[in-house]
Amino acid sequence: MFTTDLALAAPQLILAGAALALLVVGAFLPRPDRVVGFGAMAALAFAAFAAVTGPRGLAFQGALVADAASVFAQVVIYLSSLVAIPLGQGWFARRGIRLFEFPILILLAALGMGMMAGAGDLLSLYIGVELQSLALYVLAALQRDDAKASEAGLKYFVLGALSSGLLLYGASLVYGFSGSIRFDAIAAAVQGQAGTGVLFGLVFMICGLAFKVSAAPFHMWTPDVYEGAPTPVVAYFAGAPKLAAMLLFARVLAEAFPEAIPQWRQVLILIALASVAVGALAGLAQTNLKRLWAYSSIANVGYAILGLAAGTAEGIQAMLVFMALYSVSVMGFFACLAALSRNGRPLETLEDMAGLFQQRPWLSLSLTIFALSGLGLPPFAGFWGKYYVFKAAVNAGDPMLLWAAVAALVGSVIAAFYYLRLVKVMWLDPAPGPTDTPPVEAGVIAIGAAALTFPVVLALMPAIDSYARAAAAALGLG
Amino acid sequence: MTGILSLITFAPAIGAALILALRGGRPASPQGDDLARWIAFGTSLVTLGLSVLLTLRFDNANPGFQFVEDIPWFAGLHYRMGVDGISVLFVLLTAFLTPICIAASWKSVENRVTSYMVAFLLLEALVIGVFCALDLVLFYVFFEFGLAPMFLIIGIWGGKRRVYAAFKFFLYTLLGSVLMLAAVLAMIGASGTSSIPELMAFRFEPWMQTWLWLAFFASFAVKMPMWPVHTWLPDAHVEAPTAGSVILAGILLKMGGYGFLRFSLPMFPDASQAFAPLVFALSAIAIIYTSLVAFRQTDIKKLIAYSSVAHMGFVTMGIFSFDVIGVQGAIFQMLSHGVISGALFLCVGVVYDRMHTREIAFYGGLVKRMPVFAAVFLLFTMGNVGLPGTSGFVGEIMTLTGVYFSSTWTAVAASTGVILSAVYALSLYRRVVLGEMTNPALAEITDMNLREILIFAPLVIATLWLGFQPGLIFNVTASSVDGLLDAFRTAVGH
Repeated sequence: MFTTDLALAAPQLILAGAALALLVVGAFLPRPDRVVGFGAMAALAFAAFAAVTGPRGLAFQGALVADAASVFAQVVIYLSSLVAIPLGQGWFARRGIRLFEFPILILLAALGMGMMAGAGDLLSLYIGVELQSLALYVLAALQRDDAKASEAGLKYFVLGALSSGLLLYGASLVYGFSGSIRFDAIAAAVQGQAGTGVLFGLVFMICGLAFKVSAAPFHMWTPDVYEGAPTPVVAYFAGAPKLAAMLLFARVLAEAFPEAIPQWRQVLILIALASVAVGALAGLAQTNLKRLWAYSSIANVGYAILGLAAGTAEGIQAMLVFMALYSVSVMGFFACLAALSRNGRPLETLEDMAGLFQQRPWLSLSLTIFALSGLGLPPFAGFWGKYYVFKAAVNAGDPMLLWAAVAALVGSVIAAFYYLRLVKVMWLDPAPGPTDTPPVEAGVIAIGAAALTFPVVLALMPAIDSYARAAAAALGLG
Repeated sequence: MTGILSLITFAPAIGAALILALRGGRPASPQGDDLARWIAFGTSLVTLGLSVLLTLRFDNANPGFQFVEDIPWFAGLHYRMGVDGISVLFVLLTAFLTPICIAASWKSVENRVTSYMVAFLLLEALVIGVFCALDLVLFYVFFEFGLAPMFLIIGIWGGKRRVYAAFKFFLYTLLGSVLMLAAVLAMIGASGTSSIPELMAFRFEPWMQTWLWLAFFASFAVKMPMWPVHTWLPDAHVEAPTAGSVILAGILLKMGGYGFLRFSLPMFPDASQAFAPLVFALSAIAIIYTSLVAFRQTDIKKLIAYSSVAHMGFVTMGIFSFDVIGVQGAIFQMLSHGVISGALFLCVGVVYDRMHTREIAFYGGLVKRMPVFAAVFLLFTMGNVGLPGTSGFVGEIMTLTGVYFSSTWTAVAASTGVILSAVYALSLYRRVVLGEMTNPALAEITDMNLREILIFAPLVIATLWLGFQPGLIFNVTASSVDGLLDAFRTAVGH
């Protein structure tokens, strides 16, 4: 039924339609950035609403899935895209850049992520990943006159293209050996014996996806891109796209390779521990906060993958809770950075933050909350994410995973040092000079995200828990 | 009375929120600082009042948990609170020491008063939460979250090497705690519940108990602290502000001992019995070694810090004697040490506020200019030594008696600690208070003022009262300790 298909794809269609319409509107209006910005935000809110209230099922012969998992991810993705628009527009406007393309690119990226969240076969997987990546490459390089931003955009593009190649190559192998592009059909075809060819393809796909979520040893692009790209853009692509890619990761593994758990678990444990180690150890040497948080994101993705490695519904639930909470606090952190400047120069290094507490108490309290949440101190959001992940790893009943969990916990103690150092610099060191008045929208977003990270999260956890549980159940691992 | 535990736990947090709401984000001013001080002091007094009420309403004959609150939360976790005879007195101790700390910081903390008061009230709330929590994860949340305010208290208002001390304190304790977290998750996975009362009744496999016991031990031994993981404590104490030291020695260290009683003994009885010789050995070493180290210190606070480690050795020893007298004595020793060591750190604060040094060699002959101080300091020094009549005596003699039955050699070795404590404590007193006043800088030093005398008054009363009437404590703890040890004996099959 074509109309049923359209109803199932409504959120994605709303975004696609809005992006095209706003592009036309923008081309004809004299000062389009405001109108297009509000239009894009309305479209995102509407798409999130449509995702929640819409029907569930398979559309377009299984190419697109609308289930609890895709809805969970879409809501987080669309809402964080919605927040990213005022954050970025204000930031660019203060630098004299009033491009109406910015909200449209966010819309296109959100559309790509919506496709990733709902991908049911290898083709829509690839289309979603590429659409999202292309929009983000442009966003990273949006500050055209800035050498660092251009470098970041180019690096992101070249390395991203490489990873897309890996992903596509893996997908072609899987297709070649299983004879299908639909996840459920692949699972049926490789039932009982996942041959070398299929596993080869799977490993390539895992590498490609690990690239997208910046897990070690495919993390090299992350620090450079985070450092060079405009701060509000980093705020956006540090959170939502990773959630989308992680869900896709989970969907491929759970729906197409549910019987190869012992095989892919080893790979995932390796990736997870490497990420935690790289994130914790390399982070110790960083003085630039954007680079520091890049390493922190590598470590965090490691924890999320550890949850996935459990190979159970509980593990997928853990990964979803972890990534949803993480995307809020990482966005808040970069919103803080976007809000802070001294004599017009943005505060980006550890020394810049010295004595911030006396000058901007609420923003530095927010940064403290994000740092302690990243450290995994209870009862901040980051702790609950880790709690789920480690619980899933311990309950999976595999001694290898148990020891991996203990190793990752020790890694979190090492990383605690650099999170604490940020707290120490803000609270203990003397301030070098007054800071500029923070822009309203960035301040509000930063403090709002901090409030969500603690204490609002304590009230939201029951809801997050049940939605993530339903989402994980939809992917069908035991 | 249901809900009183939440009220006691969150009353300080509400006070902290009130201070933040009224003063957060505003520039410091004398009036504003005074407002923050009074709100903090008032809140802590309200908490104390509620805690006294709790203790009075507490049914001593009931060995189980009382005033239980239970609200389902998420993922099988509950917001579950309750106290028994073991924990109720620690709630009271916390509520008793906090107003004293706030009063003691009235003049000595001058910068960032608002943040200081917020951090202190938050810490009080979290510590009380630790003693009331009846859900494993809730316990962990309170236990760990307390690190953050303590990090700031040491780091912002501490001495010269405060940053180093704050990091050492935080990372040391965190490493111990993450191992405990792994154990917590394994326990929930194996038993299917996070309720502490249910876990007490659950029997883990012996091999699993061993691992769980070790993981919990890693956390509690650091917290306690036991030799050889005690090295963070002297650094933290020396650099912390006076009130920070009082809270650290008086309450935070007790969380380790409380943890052994609440988790290790009832939940891992077989492992506890198997590891008891290890604990005895570490305790005996701690008592002798740290007493000797204390004797060689040149800094008053460091000396008292090492003596704390030695006194905690008696506590761990008493707990693992699995004997009613030993365990009762350990609880008593923790409460008494909370009062006495807190008072000793306050004594150091008195002279430090005047002279801004803690070098023992700097002082001497203080009795000539400060007779009241000399008397107060003498009382608490004697309490530290364990003179009969002070509360310090009761705990030491009981833990030694309890251990004598289960490990005579440990008791013999530990009893030398009683002598050693007299050596270092009395020599400290002689060098600081007695003798000739040779340092001209001390010529104008003034005796304690009324505020300081009022701060010490409740501590003096508590030390002597408990020394002469230790039954006050034992009445409350007896039935819960009996219940704990009965269950323990049944579990290990004696």
